[in-house]
Amino acid sequence: MDTLIAQLQRQFRDYTISLYHQGFLDDQFTELKKLQDECSPDFVAEVVTLFFEDCEKLISNMARALDQTGNVDFKLVGSSVHQLKGSSSSVGAKRVKGLCITLKECCDTQNYEGCVRCLQQVDIEYKTLKAKLQDLFNLEQQIVQAGGRIPQVDI
Amino acid sequence: MAEVLRPEMLDISNDTSSLASPELLHVLAVDDSMVDRKFIERLLRVSSCKVTVVDSATRALQYLGLDGENSSVGFEDLKINLIMTDYSMPGMTGYELLKKIKESSAFREIPVVIMSSENILPRIDRCLEEGAEDFLLKPVKLADVKRLRDSLMKAEERAFKNIMHKRELEANDIYSQLKRAKI
Repeated sequence: MDTLIAQLQRQFRDYTISLYHQGFLDDQFTELKKLQDECSPDFVAEVVTLFFEDCEKLISNMARALDQTGNVDFKLVGSSVHQLKGSSSSVGAKRVKGLCITLKECCDTQNYEGCVRCLQQVDIEYKTLKAKLQDLFNLEQQIVQAGGRIPQVDI
Repeated sequence: MAEVLRPEMLDISNDTSSLASPELLHVLAVDDSMVDRKFIERLLRVSSCKVTVVDSATRALQYLGLDGENSSVGFEDLKINLIMTDYSMPGMTGYELLKKIKESSAFREIPVVIMSSENILPRIDRCLEEGAEDFLLKPVKLADVKRLRDSLMKAEERAFKNIMHKRELEANDIYSQLKRAKI
């Protein structure tokens, strides 16, 4: 019979793998995990927190710019999405990054409708990722609290 | 009878290495993205580097004392072994920062690495032509930093060995002269 720790560890492993397979995360997230150790045990959580703050700020900037109907500053939207693409790439947020690429294209062609639609998707996507990573971190905490070690997951 | 000066007794100064401290590279990292700053700082610390991170090229120049506000007085002791800068930054770009560093007599020898999320060949060429040590595509990997560090340490080691060898030759030369003079 499985101990609680073993069950939690299996859950953690399965959930992690699913996040990669469903395209939420890519290799870069693995690179982030490599940088976490006893000296910096919350590194990944800290970086993704900064990332989600970035998302909120940049999406809000872009929404405001797109709100100026008839006088949309596409350059501003373009530079904001470039920044967001950069940070999503740095944390391994694969889907968010993909949507940023699409949004950049809409911006470059000054496709207003496309920009609005895409920005909405970016907003939904980052919030989805945020919730999923929160679940993952919760699982980690449960394992540690139960006295177990967080397994290394090879993708 | 006068003591013969042997080469081993000549004082060979310890300050032949420009490393911040033995085995520790001091890196100045420049990036306007908070996420990337946190990331590169950790990447460098994990790679046993001393790190200073700033959020703009202007601040980097201030740190180096190249912003015209200060003379170079007090900055001679600043030992930076490597500068890593993002390319696209508001205000001054990484490319412009690279040029300013290469124009400065105090810092032009410091290797400058440019980081960019965009793989644009003319951009890469321009940076290398201007004297960039390397051009890294973001997101930067642990392996990239390790490679950089190893190549810089090897260059330091070579430079150190060259200096030591030169001093040995000089010392031997003096010793032979003294011997001939039968002191």
